[in-house]
Amino acid sequence: MTTTYAVHSEGLEKRFGEVHALRGLDLAVPEGTICALLGPNGAGKSTAVRLLTTLITPDGGTARVAGHDVAKDPAAVRRVIGVTGQDASVDGDLSGRENLRLFARLQRLRGAEGRARADELLAEFGLVDAADRPVRTYSGGMRRRLDLAASLLIRPRVLFLDEPTTGLDPASRNRIWEAVRRLADRGTTVLLTTQYLEEADRLAGHVVLIDDGRASVTGTPAELKARIGRYAEAVVAEDAALPAAAMVLGQLAGAEAVLDPARRAAGAVTTDPTLTLPRIVRELDAAGIPVVDATLRPPTLDEVFLRLTAPKELVA
Amino acid sequence: MTIIAYDESKGARVALAGRAVVGDGWAMFGRHLQRLRRAPGLFILTQSMPVTMLLFFGYVFGSAVALAGGADYRAYLVPGLLVATAANGIMAGMFQAAADNHRGVMDRFRTLPMSRAAVPIGQAASEVAQAAIGLVPLAAVGYAVGWRIEGGFGPAVGAFGLLLLFRLATAWVGIWLGLAAKSEEAAGQLGGATFMLPMLSGAYIPTAGMTGWLRTVAEWNPISAVSAACRELFGNETAVTAGAAWPVAHPVVASVGWSLLLMAVCVPLAVRRYDKSTK
Repeated sequence: MTTTYAVHSEGLEKRFGEVHALRGLDLAVPEGTICALLGPNGAGKSTAVRLLTTLITPDGGTARVAGHDVAKDPAAVRRVIGVTGQDASVDGDLSGRENLRLFARLQRLRGAEGRARADELLAEFGLVDAADRPVRTYSGGMRRRLDLAASLLIRPRVLFLDEPTTGLDPASRNRIWEAVRRLADRGTTVLLTTQYLEEADRLAGHVVLIDDGRASVTGTPAELKARIGRYAEAVVAEDAALPAAAMVLGQLAGAEAVLDPARRAAGAVTTDPTLTLPRIVRELDAAGIPVVDATLRPPTLDEVFLRLTAPKELVA
Repeated sequence: MTIIAYDESKGARVALAGRAVVGDGWAMFGRHLQRLRRAPGLFILTQSMPVTMLLFFGYVFGSAVALAGGADYRAYLVPGLLVATAANGIMAGMFQAAADNHRGVMDRFRTLPMSRAAVPIGQAASEVAQAAIGLVPLAAVGYAVGWRIEGGFGPAVGAFGLLLLFRLATAWVGIWLGLAAKSEEAAGQLGGATFMLPMLSGAYIPTAGMTGWLRTVAEWNPISAVSAACRELFGNETAVTAGAAWPVAHPVVASVGWSLLLMAVCVPLAVRRYDKSTK
């Protein structure tokens, strides 16, 4: 193997009693890149992160982080990773400053050095004013920022972020994104999980869609979009016209159409590069369908996601 | 920023591990003290309980308890309550460990390259520190209601040392049970039930008067041995009669033995449990 992978897993499996959380997850994240694990709740994203960060042990398969086997040498893995979990992994009863100083000591930063590094990070993450308040009085965004700061006391080679911006307002989310980009620019490999397609699109060079405990699709955001083609959609004036619209769209796109009766919309994904919007409108009009809105555009990652991970009967 | 180089040789690893246990344990001890300073409510409550019990038992039940030789019941009760307070390490250890174990911060500790024993060690040390502070008001109120140290300074220091050793041992029992508990609620219920343990011992009432089987159970309860040892070291009335079980007849040795035994069993269990337990 010539490429060095910061995170590399093969056939990773984990069961919790009856629940088969991971069913053979393969990951290969090159060093210095940002990789997003994208998937709905229960897809296995958090389980993957907990396995890779040595919090739980796999039931099958292997995983290496920076070359260290997570099951055989968890201590070596812990020396090179930073982890920001889904629950705030800081102590709510301590102040922000006390938290950072504690984690600095536990990572063998000497007294003065640890204190200086803690102050530096408090400033970097805009937490100076709140530094001496107990963390339980922080807002969600502040807590998440502190959590991220705590993972960066010693610059990790691989940083794991489990849904780093879930539930945050746009301003807090942007601050986290900026910090993650800065880290990646300095060479840290980042593996993050997210339910937000926008987040994967904006941050990651590499997206892995996780569905039902497996990596279902892998690629750059652009590759995923190209792979799924474009999305043609028509909104009609009355319910009765919907099946006919679906049929026309399906024929034009060369794929089965999906109905959204609530919006009186029919849509289909096309990989035909010659299809144009005027042609769609003309054909619908010729069929006597009362079209009120029509679009042909690149799919959003949401649609990629829906198409590639939705239950099969809904997919074109 | 320092990048730490790790020497991979075995001897260096063992030395590093040893330094890690002490250094990380100390850091975790500091964390507990900081938490205590910010949220002292529970600590104050648990400290005021034994004092309330002393007044309650001493004056309400005390009027109905007659000791052989007419010794003062309240003076008899004080060492027993000191031991019962030390035995509270089980309850306190369980509450704290179970609550902590379900906090997100534990995930961070588990993913840091720190000693796997440091988290329970830090908690055990904090339990002992809290107990050392907590014994003071109880002893002071005890003094006010007529209890005296009658065996001299040296043995009295020994008695307090024994109390802290016992607290350390019971804290480890509690930490293990708290980490093993399925939920914080389960730990709370089980922990609350340990309140009864001193009642099944010679802490509050001489075991000599109990019916046969009950007396045997009570006298093999470690709390009985520690109570008898403290009374002996403080120079108080022990109310131990002939025919007492071995631990109560040799209380000081038995107390040290019980404490070491509890730790020999529970320390490895607790550390292993901490290492394994994940949500």
